[in-house]
Amino acid sequence: MSEATPNPWRRRALLGLPLLAAGGAGLGFWAMLRGLGTGSYDPHGVPSALLGKAPPEFALPAPAGSDLPALAAADLRGGLARPVLVNFFASWCVPCVIEHPQLMALKRQGVPVFGVAYKDKPADALGFLARRGNPYTRLAADEPGRVAIDWGLYGVPESYLIDRQGIIRWRWAGPITEDTVAADLGPLLRRYSA
Amino acid sequence: MRRWLFALLLASGPAWALSDPAEQLPDPTQEQRARALGRELRCLVCQNQSIEDSDAELARDLRRIVREQVAAGRSDGQVMSFLHDRYGDFVLLRPPVNAGTALLWATPVLALGAGALLVLGLRRRRTAAAPAALSAAEQARLAELDRLP
Repeated sequence: MSEATPNPWRRRALLGLPLLAAGGAGLGFWAMLRGLGTGSYDPHGVPSALLGKAPPEFALPAPAGSDLPALAAADLRGGLARPVLVNFFASWCVPCVIEHPQLMALKRQGVPVFGVAYKDKPADALGFLARRGNPYTRLAADEPGRVAIDWGLYGVPESYLIDRQGIIRWRWAGPITEDTVAADLGPLLRRYSA
Repeated sequence: MRRWLFALLLASGPAWALSDPAEQLPDPTQEQRARALGRELRCLVCQNQSIEDSDAELARDLRRIVREQVAAGRSDGQVMSFLHDRYGDFVLLRPPVNAGTALLWATPVLALGAGALLVLGLRRRRTAAAPAALSAAEQARLAELDRLP
């Protein structure tokens, strides 16, 4: 029997290595779970490619029968009196119903909210607003959904905050809730109102 | 009955979402190009499918855009950058190499390196565990054994 005596440090390192790897993986997993909880980590979230840029060039018509002004890129160029929220919605979209009270609250606070009805029939979009109240000061219709793709939209509702200089500062994919306003949108509005 | 169902299942083949002939380009080479491009693009709704495989409405819109641009004679690079400008790296099923994805791309090399180190270490230990030389007493005993009938 002549097994070479292994270096004790090597043994210890070999034992420690899997423990270290497991510890590291656990720490990473914990960070991911925490991020999922606080909303800072979303594996399904598509980060917007437009942040820090001006909105794409577009001109959309108002939905037929609407008495609100329509929306075009020219309305979002610099020199705005206040930051603007551009909200893509649809009457067929359930989360849009969830966020609707928040949009109404923003309107009461004097935040200009511009609406884009995405892949919606004009009558349905207008009916949605007639039933639930209209938070929008401008209303456009993107029935084919092509302008939405220029914005990088991948679902409704989706909202974009445009600062007074006409730069996209924030994008929220999903319904704006009370928490969203408290944590993100409220502070952002205060920062970009200055 | 069950056998028939099974045969039907086999015959149906891969369920391409793009089964609508109205979506396809009349020129087969252009259609081929559009399909190849579509397979490189992630459907942002279902996320683990390409826009070519997905049945989501947004994927259909993106397929249409790819086909329009291919038919208009735009290059593969132009079509890809059109979508990359709007949806960022996320839309690319083959992520680009940059600071954020360096670890992702380096993983195979790192794993191979770690494996090579492990193999080298094990081999060295095997050579180290070679039998020690026989002592004089052992040699004498072995010689004794050899002498036995």
